[in-house]
Amino acid sequence: MTDLAVPTTTRKDWASDQEVRWCPGCGDYSILAALQMLLPELGVRRENTVFVSGIGCAARFPYYMQTYGMHTIHGRAPAIATGLAVTRPDLDVWVVTGDGDALSIGGNHLIHALRRNVNITILLFNNQIYGLTKGQYSPTSEVGKVTKSTPFGSLDTPFNPISLALGAEATFVARTHDMDRKHMQETFRRAHEHRGAAFVEIYQNCNVFNDGAFERITGRDQRADMLIPLVHGQPIVFGAEGQYGVVMGEDGQLRIAPVAEVGVERVLVHDEHRDDPGLAFALSRLARGPFEPTPIGVFRDVERPEYGEAMTRQLLEAQERRGPGDLAALLASGGTWEVPGPAH
Amino acid sequence: MSTVVPRKTKELDRVVVRFAGDSGDGMQLTGSRFTTVSSLLGNDTATLPDFPAEIRAPAGTLAGVSAFQVHISDHDILTPGDAPNVLVAMNPAALRANLGLMAPGGTIIVNVDAFDQRSLEKAGYQANPLSDGSLAAFTVYEVPMTSLTMQVGKEAGVKPRDAERSKNFFALGLVSWLYSRPVEPTLAWIAERFGGRPEVAEVNTRAFKAGYHFGETAELFESNYQVRPAPVEPGTYTNVTGNTALAWGLIAAARQAKLPLFLGSYPITPASDILHELSKQKHFGVRTLQAEDEIAGIGAAIGAAFGGALGVTTTSGPGMDLKAEAVGLAVNLELPLVVVDIQRAGPSTGMPTKTEQGDLLQALYGRHGEAPVPVVAAMTPSHCFDVAIEAARIAVTYRTPVILLSDGYLANGAEPWRLPAVEDLPTIEANFATQPNHERADGTAEFWPYLRDPVTLARPWAVPGTPGLEHRIGGLEKQAGSGNVSYDGENHERMVHERAAKLAAVAASIPPVAVDDPDGLGSAPVLVLGWGSTYGAIAAGVRRVRARGLKVAHAHLVHLNPFPSNLGEVLRAYPKVLVPEVNLGQLVKLVRAEFLVDAQPLTKVQGQPFRAREIEEAVLDTLGVAAGSATSEEQE
Ligand code: SF4
Repeated sequence: MTDLAVPTTTRKDWASDQEVRWCPGCGDYSILAALQMLLPELGVRRENTVFVSGIGCAARFPYYMQTYGMHTIHGRAPAIATGLAVTRPDLDVWVVTGDGDALSIGGNHLIHALRRNVNITILLFNNQIYGLTKGQYSPTSEVGKVTKSTPFGSLDTPFNPISLALGAEATFVARTHDMDRKHMQETFRRAHEHRGAAFVEIYQNCNVFNDGAFERITGRDQRADMLIPLVHGQPIVFGAEGQYGVVMGEDGQLRIAPVAEVGVERVLVHDEHRDDPGLAFALSRLARGPFEPTPIGVFRDVERPEYGEAMTRQLLEAQERRGPGDLAALLASGGTWEVPGPAH
Repeated sequence: MSTVVPRKTKELDRVVVRFAGDSGDGMQLTGSRFTTVSSLLGNDTATLPDFPAEIRAPAGTLAGVSAFQVHISDHDILTPGDAPNVLVAMNPAALRANLGLMAPGGTIIVNVDAFDQRSLEKAGYQANPLSDGSLAAFTVYEVPMTSLTMQVGKEAGVKPRDAERSKNFFALGLVSWLYSRPVEPTLAWIAERFGGRPEVAEVNTRAFKAGYHFGETAELFESNYQVRPAPVEPGTYTNVTGNTALAWGLIAAARQAKLPLFLGSYPITPASDILHELSKQKHFGVRTLQAEDEIAGIGAAIGAAFGGALGVTTTSGPGMDLKAEAVGLAVNLELPLVVVDIQRAGPSTGMPTKTEQGDLLQALYGRHGEAPVPVVAAMTPSHCFDVAIEAARIAVTYRTPVILLSDGYLANGAEPWRLPAVEDLPTIEANFATQPNHERADGTAEFWPYLRDPVTLARPWAVPGTPGLEHRIGGLEKQAGSGNVSYDGENHERMVHERAAKLAAVAASIPPVAVDDPDGLGSAPVLVLGWGSTYGAIAAGVRRVRARGLKVAHAHLVHLNPFPSNLGEVLRAYPKVLVPEVNLGQLVKLVRAEFLVDAQPLTKVQGQPFRAREIEEAVLDTLGVAAGSATSEEQE
């Protein structure tokens, strides 16, 4: 809004005076810290930054940020953020949500914010459980999940949030996890840079109700073999020595193969900017759950007109065509007639 | 075209015409053209569109009948009229569906070409009503509208199927002649409206002229009629429907508040026209979002309000059900928001195209917790303009959601409207917060989002982008002043009382309710208390009672929550209070509970507005006077 240089800030400047109240050991702490440390580097102002959330443990996030914030109602944050972002293109609008908030009660708003490509950055804390309501299964819980509401095991097939976002025409889709601050920060930075709706799934540990849900892939000793880093323009390889690669089989199916066996030229080269989301979708299906080698990083980053900008353009075009609105002319636009006064 | 001097022209002071046909016959267009031309002539007009819920009901069936009633007069009128004087029936179903509305002695003009065996059967007629004597009480004119229209179509070189579609213009021409309407405005309108399709414009013009000439030259009609201009207040007039007036009122309110207007809305009958109208007015800087659902519509409006816009959402009853949670959020957030409910017959899907006033109690109480919301209601189509500004004034001044109630009758009905002077519209002060408002113990300044204005009790509205005022709001209970999350019971009680007290502060800003009692407050033995769209019928019914030399008073509420502060005094000034409502008695419950007065309900829930006669009869009944023969409708 002004030409003045953005004041230098530190992590402390982005933290509100409110005591953080997540359970000790919750993955949310490391996400909060990663973001509070990153924001001073992004060249943005606190007054132009807004965090909007729905309901759930993650939804407390705005209270801990020394920015503008709105802690709203269950599932509705993407809709509320849409109204804010399209009327205030000068703001950085972040949506903080969870798997229940975004994918269950608020599923409709999430997919429509993504397809419209509203300029918001959505951070989905996926812990595969309902934490705030004390431990029911969520739309990302694995089949057979035993919880208070599913004592005999859950029956429903979970959503794959990355697949869902890609199917909803999202222009930026990424995954990161709460055990790797640097990866989170890099992913958040990219998401923030993106014009349009950016969707980031964060594997987040709920140590009270679903401890260790991602341990098999995010644990310090497992990561090298279980996380597949996606790097634009690079062959998709992983393992301590980069010894495994993702290849496309004759049947069109993606699978993992030792690079030494198939040859590096057969390993897929990651292209974030592919217009066709098919390959990104296939990558999102590579692991059946967080117990198999799982891709992380940016799945897709493409350009499409941003919704609020397009809306503003229509207003400007209308003003160019018809001049600024004239209320008196509007009221008379349906045709008028005069009733003369008694003097006539 | 030159107007031939008719044989005889009779003077009338008022006439009610009802155009009825199949939904594909263009009756709404025909009716509204007739209305516009009458308005241009200086008549007072009031209209009642009445169309089927099914967009494409089977042609020729009763379910597919669409009608448009217009009342034109040389004096000011308040309703679309009770019994039509003239019914134009384009087919047997239209005749059958509307005959019950006609008083004996009325005139019926039928498109005789449509009265073939198949059409009669589809309409459920065993015998042809044109020949079985069942219409003996009426003057019936049989006009071969279809064949005459096809004839002119042929002359214009148009395919018969296409030509046939212009028969509504034939009907319009005929009725225009019958009531001495000028032809030029309609011809100019046809040329403009169908300019892009010259052959359509040509057939419509020819059909219109053919209808007009048919009236002039056929020996069928013994005279035609003249309705003189109504003596109305001098000024510039236009014809406006409730939904258009409401949309314009929102634009005006945003202008007066110097705020950008944002509408989040999901299409729903009968509210969609507001979305359509606002979507057209982008050069006013209006942003409209057709949301994915009702909840997103209001959610986006709340988000826009947080950012400093005048946030609005528009809907009808089923949408109100869905928005309830978000309205509660707005109550807690204490952000300005206008929620427009164009009521329709419920519950559930009910009768989407039919009017009702059934949402009053929902507007006041339809949320969990103690969640007070100001409620205002429009009285007439053009009044929707003023009420939109008033709703925005309350919302912005007091930082609260406001529910604006209109209904299907006002939404689609039109009336002449004396245009207000734009420079005289009230101003609305947004008063954004720009400075910290509280001092910490250490002397540094901070911003408290829930520190209230001592008079309005409004909290400061600090929009993102304002440095130093960063703050968090939300649905969780907030500590008075600081706005931090608080689970403290006493603080909650204080906040509940503060939100309620804000309504009392609103009451101090609204005018006392006016009472129409010619001999002074409390002179009449009975007061009729109404709200919203019953205004026209009640005012007309009251006139009829007075025409009998009897006394009756009328008061009409625009503010339903809070009530005007003199309402209790007004109610207690009358021994009897009658409350007509198009519901089962909602306002009457409120005033009985609030003021301990023995107000009595008058209810009607047929998806139709009250008729003046029904009000008249109920007042006579309350007065203990036998109705006898009804007064002349000329009093209306
Ligand atoms: S319940 Fe789980 S997700 Fe919620 S705060 Fe506690 S650990 Fe974190």
